[in-house]
Amino acid sequence: MSHKVLVADDEPNILISLEFLMKREGHQVLMARDGNAALDLIRSERPALVLLDVMMPGKSGFEVCAAVRADESLNGVKILMLTAKGRDTDRAQGLGLGADGYMTKPFSTQELAARVRDMLAALPP
Amino acid sequence: MRPDPREVAAALAPAALLALALAAAAALLLATAEPAERATLIELAAPRMALVVMLWFFLSLAGGVLARWVWQHYAAAPGRLAEQLQIELARGGARDLPSTAASPTPPAEGSPGARALAAAVQALVQQRDGLRADIAARVAEASREVEQERNRLAALMAELTQSVVVCNLDGRILLFNARARLQFRALVAVPAGGPATVQATGQAIGGAEAIGLGRSIYAVLDRRLVAHAIEAVQQRLQRGAASPSAQFVTATASGQLLRVQMAPVRTPGAGADDALAGFVLMLDNITRDMAEEGERDRLVHSLTEGSRGALGNLQAAVELLDDPTLDVTTRERFLAVIREEIAGMSRRLNEAAAQGARALKTRWPLEDMRGADLVAAAVLRIEAVHGCRATAAEVDASLWLRVDSYSLIQALLHLTGRLVDETGLQRVRIRLQPSGERAQLDLVWAGQAMSTETVMAWETEPLKVGSDTSALTVRDVVERHGGAFWFERERVRQEAFFRFLLPLAAENVPLEAGAVTSQPSRPEFYDFDLFAQGSQGAALAERSLADLAYTVFDTETTGLQPSQGDEIIQIGATRIVAGKLRRQECFEQLVDPQRSVPEAGVAIHGIQAQMLRGQPTIAVVLPAFHTFAHDSVLLAHNAAFDMRFLQLKEESTGVRFEQPVLDTLLLSAVVHPQQESHSLEAMCERLGVSVLGRHTALGDAMVTAEVFLKMLPLLQAQGIATLGQALEASRKTYLARVSY
Repeated sequence: MSHKVLVADDEPNILISLEFLMKREGHQVLMARDGNAALDLIRSERPALVLLDVMMPGKSGFEVCAAVRADESLNGVKILMLTAKGRDTDRAQGLGLGADGYMTKPFSTQELAARVRDMLAALPP
Repeated sequence: MRPDPREVAAALAPAALLALALAAAAALLLATAEPAERATLIELAAPRMALVVMLWFFLSLAGGVLARWVWQHYAAAPGRLAEQLQIELARGGARDLPSTAASPTPPAEGSPGARALAAAVQALVQQRDGLRADIAARVAEASREVEQERNRLAALMAELTQSVVVCNLDGRILLFNARARLQFRALVAVPAGGPATVQATGQAIGGAEAIGLGRSIYAVLDRRLVAHAIEAVQQRLQRGAASPSAQFVTATASGQLLRVQMAPVRTPGAGADDALAGFVLMLDNITRDMAEEGERDRLVHSLTEGSRGALGNLQAAVELLDDPTLDVTTRERFLAVIREEIAGMSRRLNEAAAQGARALKTRWPLEDMRGADLVAAAVLRIEAVHGCRATAAEVDASLWLRVDSYSLIQALLHLTGRLVDETGLQRVRIRLQPSGERAQLDLVWAGQAMSTETVMAWETEPLKVGSDTSALTVRDVVERHGGAFWFERERVRQEAFFRFLLPLAAENVPLEAGAVTSQPSRPEFYDFDLFAQGSQGAALAERSLADLAYTVFDTETTGLQPSQGDEIIQIGATRIVAGKLRRQECFEQLVDPQRSVPEAGVAIHGIQAQMLRGQPTIAVVLPAFHTFAHDSVLLAHNAAFDMRFLQLKEESTGVRFEQPVLDTLLLSAVVHPQQESHSLEAMCERLGVSVLGRHTALGDAMVTAEVFLKMLPLLQAQGIATLGQALEASRKTYLARVSY
């Protein structure tokens, strides 16, 4: 099952790994380096899943998440937040803004792959 | 002794009665007899008249003696007793204490009843005297104890490194310590436009203090914050909370953060309701703490959140390296990621260590202490404990340390003790020198070489001083200070030493503390009589003149015509609180008049034009004086003159003096209406006030204050007891009609 997956993070060092990981899972990978680019790509490409970092220039991950959830036409897009913000208040904020999952860095790639598989399993290819 | 007329009457009464009875019997016989019989009777009686008279005389004598005895026995003794009791009562009214020996002996006469009564009265009198002596002794004892406690409290407060201020419910200050004074002096904002130098040195304008006895705490703390805290305390008291104190943090005008803790002062014996009589404020300047706290937070954050991202990148890259399908280029990219992230993390860690080491290690509560004091204390302790000679050498007296002095001296004692035990050392030296951003404290000795291993082993063993062993080691003590410790030899001088690197106190502390020690004499920092000032709710006009707080002031000016451009060149003021002149609380400031100073005036006030150069202008000084005079009655000699100058500046300085004003000139006219002169000199002479330092503004203000205090009883004698009455009487004097 191949899906479009957007990876939004301002750090090239994690983009390399996430791109490789998602491609290995068989997905088509899009990449964005800041919040605004992420939102544009979500609107134009309608990915099935967004791996969204919180700390990004332009728009923060929280803002992008809120904007996606505010847009009715984008309601099928799954959002998994990946962030270095580890406080429970940040997690609550992310989930409160409508993210489907929240993972704190550092995370295991296997675990991430499993989460992504679970989230996409419910979707039609 | 004059005979008691009642006693004479008692003695003569039988004679009189007998005479009456005889006369009555004779009259009856003569009246009832026929004329012939009457003649016979007279004839019979006449020759025997002498016998009758004799009988009367002897009977009268016997009766008189008997009557006198009865009188003395039954009437005079109780009378005397009553008189003596009256004397006793009168004596009881007097304040001096009677000795038991002075008590009257009971009269050993009178009837048994009267004697018993006298004895009982005597016992009562003795009992009363005993009780009174007992009470007097207890009162004396109690006042001694109170005095002792006061002194203890004052000594304790003086030594506290925390600022403490005690106020009554009105916010009037009853007690404060030197620390509080310094803290408030540094906190009170210099009015806008004030010279920067004034702010930098923390020197108050005119030497005016922000706080003083009887002054309002609200001049320095926001009234609403304090009221809120009082409410919280009262609620907690009503709930019966174990520690009914409240806390708030406030920012002062100069941007400092103060943490204020409030504890209630309760009226003793007020019962379950525990009426609040006042409150104790404990103040901490937490500006530095907050900055350090913020720095620590930033560090912790950069070490946790900052590392998460990097670790995430690392973990992902490492895990994907295991992928067997990886081509060489991708593999090289992952390795590059790993190298870069490791370098980044190392860099961050080093930065954090450099910045945070100091903040993280100084969590132990250290106190600021003059280095020379620490060395002196250590020298004394070493000599007392080990009996070897210790000297302070090469001590930099300007160094201020931030130390836990107790544990540091314990460490020095431990090391000296080891040296004495091992080598039979006779003398040691202690050096203290600056070393970069720290100070080096050396324990130096001369003598035979010892192995470094032996000596350094002492660093990690429990501190032992005499028979006491502590859980701490020298290393613990050093870590507590975020310092370092090592052993060094100076071969040339054949000496060796232990060196402690210790942190220095923050910059501003030596200044502050220096100001504490330079106090010429112990100032009056407390006056519990102020508790008795039941001022609450009483309108100012109703308040007794003796209870009010006064700011007594005087100005020197360029001339006598404020409306024609004459200006103030000096303001001096002092305060009267609770009927006492507070010489410690004074305000004295030269003012740059921004105009020339006529020579005519210089002869009077002695202020030369060049003395005024560089002084603050009235725009700075008047607001400072306004703060000084806050919440008090203004008092001046010929106040109308000075007030005119102040009022002309209201618009340009933005401060208004709205409090009541009393004038000793007018009050003198009230007290001595017939006198020609009401000049300050004339009043001093009349009232017996010695004149010192006249014609400086502060000198004149002091003299005015003393004159006023002498006038208070004279005013009282004229029925002028309250501020309202004094103002009214002043208004009515003819002098008041002459205005400037």
